[in-house]
Amino acid sequence: MTIKKITVMTATAVAGMMFMGSAQAGATFDAVKKKGFVQCGVTTGLPGFSAPDEKGNWTGIDVDTCRAVAAAMFGDATKVNFKPLNAKERFTALQSGEIDILSRNTTWTYTRDTSLGLNFAGVNYYDGQGFMVSKKLGVKSALELSGAAICIQAGTTTELNLADYFRANKMEYTAITYDTSEETIKGFEAGRCDVLTSDQSQLYGLRTKLPDPASAVVLPEVISKEPLGPVVRQGDDEWFNLVKWSLFAQLNAEELGVTSKNVDQMLKSADPSIKRLVGGEAGFGKFLGLDDKWAYYIVKQVGNYGEMFERNVGQGSPLQISRGLNALWNKGGIQYAPPVR
Amino acid sequence: MSQHFVPLPDLPPPGNSVGPVAWLRSNLFSGWLNTSLTVVAIYILATTLPPLINWLFISADWVGEGKEACDSGGACWVFVANRWDIFIYGFYPKDQTWRVDLIFAALFVLTAPLFFKQLPGKLYLGGFILFIYPLIAFLLMRGGVFGLEPVETAKWGGFTLTLLLAGVGCIAALPLGVLLALGRQATNMPVVKGMCVLFIEFWRGVPLITVLFMSSVMLPLFLPEGVNFDKLLRALIGITLFQSAYMAEVVRGGLQAIPKGQYEAADALGLGYWRKYGLIVLPQALKIVIPGIVNTFIALFKDTTLVIIVGLLELLGMVKASLGDPAWPDVSREGYVFAAFMFWIFCFAMSRYSQWLERKLHTGHKR
Repeated sequence: MTIKKITVMTATAVAGMMFMGSAQAGATFDAVKKKGFVQCGVTTGLPGFSAPDEKGNWTGIDVDTCRAVAAAMFGDATKVNFKPLNAKERFTALQSGEIDILSRNTTWTYTRDTSLGLNFAGVNYYDGQGFMVSKKLGVKSALELSGAAICIQAGTTTELNLADYFRANKMEYTAITYDTSEETIKGFEAGRCDVLTSDQSQLYGLRTKLPDPASAVVLPEVISKEPLGPVVRQGDDEWFNLVKWSLFAQLNAEELGVTSKNVDQMLKSADPSIKRLVGGEAGFGKFLGLDDKWAYYIVKQVGNYGEMFERNVGQGSPLQISRGLNALWNKGGIQYAPPVR
Repeated sequence: MSQHFVPLPDLPPPGNSVGPVAWLRSNLFSGWLNTSLTVVAIYILATTLPPLINWLFISADWVGEGKEACDSGGACWVFVANRWDIFIYGFYPKDQTWRVDLIFAALFVLTAPLFFKQLPGKLYLGGFILFIYPLIAFLLMRGGVFGLEPVETAKWGGFTLTLLLAGVGCIAALPLGVLLALGRQATNMPVVKGMCVLFIEFWRGVPLITVLFMSSVMLPLFLPEGVNFDKLLRALIGITLFQSAYMAEVVRGGLQAIPKGQYEAADALGLGYWRKYGLIVLPQALKIVIPGIVNTFIALFKDTTLVIIVGLLELLGMVKASLGDPAWPDVSREGYVFAAFMFWIFCFAMSRYSQWLERKLHTGHKR
């Protein structure tokens, strides 16, 4: 860890303490309502999570997570502004109020949750750090990687995990650090390193950038837990609830079989849990300070969790990531949302 | 009958001293060292150029819709064509891009007359471009007045942002730099001089990347929550202050090159401080340092790419962000070549302009 990074981390921690409790309950919620749009911090371009398409519209799972909040709040998923942020400035942007939600491929960790004055509002993608190697090396397991040169993106938790993993297994490695994931994959392609390590979601995304994607394999080992999710400032529980339940509503919708295509029919459904979710039962929106149909708008305009996943990173996208851990709890994964009741 | 002396016609020069052969001999093969260097250079060009040209033009794909259109193995310019709008205008709303076009068209139309020597009111036109025009351009960009739809600065991006950052940096840094240089020369005002020295040395002592990082990451922490100072404005102020320090040193170099006699002559004529500098010293000094000033401008133009670390997506940032689109894997080469080409065109144009300006203002001061 360089001096600069330590300074930045200390500074953000100190700032976090300064801001703790400074906001009044409901301040963000009211401010967002008043300005009429959600200000959402995203990456500067990461396949499947947040990247601009040719018309300049942002797409990706992190983007849709913000859109869901806008849909719940305003009944209109387009009422959201995206602000591209660098990994190093993301927490400051949230702390200083420049953005309302940070949905930027950010790992939920103890330190970040407790010392920065921020709250993680759920997990929109369960990720884990993995390794990608060139097929011709013939490596089958990460435990065979002793002495390898490893390409890695600087300033992320992956650096720390990598060091821990290799120390725990008494292996040696040489880290070759890059500033962006784009440069990392170029380094890998050019043969500067034998191994590329990053979160698995990114590995799949980066692999599509190789001239021959089939020439690289992602090893089975996952060496870290990387729950990625939206983050909000501490001090506004109303806002925190809204962001948290926007995601839960998408998960519940998938579990109940409510999709963007059938949600209109579902309005007339007799199933009480579906009725409560889509607003057939009166009075459920007011707890969030919203219209009863808040979850209807989310599902109608953004889709349920499964639709969002498949469209952005799954089978409907070039990334072709399988659901894995991100399948619902009753389908073999760990995505689980409390019921709407 | 007198005989006129008729000289014999000149013999033609020997065949090996004129024409292309002679040119080749004297320029490329004049000695064993030059000959071998030429051979090596020809070899390198012959091996690299054909595949490069083939990739860039011949087997490149120019038209089409998606990535599928790129199947010929050459460069995929479809990607650039597909992204043209966001590379140039960033996230500026599609139906409002005419405002950006208008701003640049107006700049072009306004500056063109300045290239002609005899034109009455050139000074006023120049003043208008330097002081009034930026204001109008800013209002037009931002909107919110005269019934224009407001477009917040977070939506500004692409090449428009590159030009904006570089343009504001140049226009604002030059006068500031001149003032700082004059302040540093002012030996009879120790406080002013000290402050100027401190300012210049401070800003020259920190890298631009630090300035931007401070302005975007640290500054908001010192402000009360909810007080938001526009991110672009912060970056612009940082760049301007940084640039003015460099400009000050360039101008100071020019001031030192003016012979002492010029200062004394101005004093002897009874000119005051501002007239002495405005009429005698600065016109000469600035003329000498044109190459230095343009050098600084070109450096600034390229430095604008650093704003990506504060999440502002200028041309290069926009290219990088677009590379994150999963629908377009493996087009980074095309993206970067395009960005490099755009930067090269503008930097080259600036350097040609400075040469033209030097020739135009040449008054025999060169030795």
